[in-house]
Amino acid sequence: MQHTISVVVENEFGVLARVAGLFSGRGFNIDSLSVAPITDESLSRITIVTRGDDAVLEQITKQLNKLVDVIKVLDFTDGSAIEREMALIKVTAEDESRAEVLRIVDIFRAKIVDVTPKSYTIEATGAPAKINAILDLLRPLGLKELVRTGAVAIGRGAKGWKG
Amino acid sequence: MKMNGARILLESLKREGVDLVFGYPGGTVINIYDELMNVREIRHILPRHEQGGTHAADGYARATGKVGVAIATSGPGATNTITGIATAYMDSIPMVIITGQVPTPLIGNDAFQEVDIIGITRPITKHSFLIRHAKDIPTIVRKAFHIARTGRPGPVLIDFPKDVQISQAEFKWPEAIDIRGYKPTTEGHQRQVEKAAEMLLTARRPVIYVGGGVILANAADELTQLARTLQFPVTTTLMGLGSFPENDPLALKMLGMHGAYAANMAMTHSDLIIAVGARFDDRVTGKIATFAPHAKIIHIDVDPASIRKNVRVDLPIVGDTRDVLAKMLEVLKTKADKLAAQQQAMEPWHEDIAGWKEKHPISYKHSTTIIKPQYVIQKLRELSEDDAIMATDVGQHQMWVAQFFEFHQARTLLTSGGLGTMGFGLPAAMGAQAAFPKRQVICVCGDGGVQMNMQELATMVQQRLPVKIVVLNNNFLGMVRQWQELFFDKRYSQTCLELPMDFAKIAEAYGAKGLKADKPSEVEQVIREGFAHDGPVIMEFKIAREEKVLPMVPAGASLNEMVLNA
Repeated sequence: MQHTISVVVENEFGVLARVAGLFSGRGFNIDSLSVAPITDESLSRITIVTRGDDAVLEQITKQLNKLVDVIKVLDFTDGSAIEREMALIKVTAEDESRAEVLRIVDIFRAKIVDVTPKSYTIEATGAPAKINAILDLLRPLGLKELVRTGAVAIGRGAKGWKG
Repeated sequence: MKMNGARILLESLKREGVDLVFGYPGGTVINIYDELMNVREIRHILPRHEQGGTHAADGYARATGKVGVAIATSGPGATNTITGIATAYMDSIPMVIITGQVPTPLIGNDAFQEVDIIGITRPITKHSFLIRHAKDIPTIVRKAFHIARTGRPGPVLIDFPKDVQISQAEFKWPEAIDIRGYKPTTEGHQRQVEKAAEMLLTARRPVIYVGGGVILANAADELTQLARTLQFPVTTTLMGLGSFPENDPLALKMLGMHGAYAANMAMTHSDLIIAVGARFDDRVTGKIATFAPHAKIIHIDVDPASIRKNVRVDLPIVGDTRDVLAKMLEVLKTKADKLAAQQQAMEPWHEDIAGWKEKHPISYKHSTTIIKPQYVIQKLRELSEDDAIMATDVGQHQMWVAQFFEFHQARTLLTSGGLGTMGFGLPAAMGAQAAFPKRQVICVCGDGGVQMNMQELATMVQQRLPVKIVVLNNNFLGMVRQWQELFFDKRYSQTCLELPMDFAKIAEAYGAKGLKADKPSEVEQVIREGFAHDGPVIMEFKIAREEKVLPMVPAGASLNEMVLNA
């Protein structure tokens, strides 16, 4: 099962290596990872999408909590969070496919951010499932290049981290 | 008053109560060594290899309970500490390792003797620090010691660039420190303890299973008191040996792969296991699927990540084992009537255990013509002082020590249980002897492992550390040979050491004393003479070459599937 974990850490060098090393050293999966400082700039927030059963997730959470630089671990598996990801997608857009790409972009409320006679570059934002859906539609038209940020997540309402 | 970074480091170590460090000089720590000449309060021991120094600091920490300190220069000096750090990490030993680093502007340039030691040691340290400014040193040292010794202890590395050692700053010792991401739970939850007490009092076939956590938390007295109050049998892991007196009628001795038959049978038939500071390691549980099939499990540990890592747990209690056991004793004081009723109900269980003990005690076949290693260990116990400290390497001799050297006291066994490091024993014994110059310190090695850090004999002679080194020489890498005999059709691939060494002569070459015995009749005399000598000694015993460690649970088998004779 896929889990989204949000980790509040000290914003210092080496912390990301410690977190990533913990995952690789203990054989935990990382499907995606994103990191940036938060309001309190002495802290960063790492969002990790990982996979495993309950026992694995319990170990991941406990091992993360053991790291001295980890302040808080939040598990957003139960749908208690808003998740978003951004993708930059370069697709082939020639003759007859140009209009189809535009229609898809419109339906997904994405944006064209770069145009050439042979391609469009699309900026799409949404839950990871939505990004997957737009990719599925664009793939037959000729996907040239793809960059995804990995998911970020924030708790709904009172859930989450105060900082 | 302003001083340089090197001096600030030493002043900070003094504030932490450090009076002994093990270290090896080099280009990027030369400033620390220069300042060391001005600091009389810190004794420095120069090993002959940084690995030896790190294991010595570890042995010092295990024997005293204090934080062991090791210093090494950058590059190869730092990488030589790695096995020592990993050994300490696996056994949760509090240590601070200080490594020199190339000057800050050169970091990342592949400078001479530069290595990313923080990166290399990240998975084997509890935490690490790179010092960037001299003014930060006191806070970093204080945090490092705090992290090393609290919670589940472990090694902490401080990487110290040479330019920061030279730069000047004001020495200001922080009154308090706060690490917002590090707040270990040390106090056991009262309600959980009460629930546990209920479970204890309704158990009919209970076993207390004790690990190194009890020794690390100095909880041996509380544990012994609890076991005696409840009249529960006690088995210990290798790391837990010494936490409960093995001559007590309640002692089941060690469990696991080379554990006592009674201990493994008790675990298998138990209805309640109280795990205290132990982590259900694969050498202890055997095949997990059939481990303790009838037992409920109470798990007491300061590290939440140890709980439910390998086995299901019915009642977890996170906290310092000493605090939890003390609370448990308090709760039991109010339940005297229930205790009495339970003692009666447990009678069949005690009979079962007595039966297992009698059926297959830990034993060996004595010989009058060839020295049996187990006989040497028994003689060592008989002739040594009661509070003698015993260090071992890893392999057959380590298991024979665990089986036949009866342990009565915490912090008297120094052994690499988790990592299983050959070459650990000799330097660890040296560190313990430095901490306790007047106590008897014995190191039992095989002829393989002793050659991995034998250079420290020079340190022992130079520093007048009278360690009694016992070499059980079978001219084999015995434990691997045993596996090859049992599981690989006696194909002894690369386990025969071929060249017969004269260890007594090596001792003499270093200026230590060398003794040897070839016959069982000489064993006692050699031990007496070795113990009486006022200085480091090697006592070499030519032992039965193909003696095996038994009983044995083959890797992957269930705990009750023991090979008793092979």
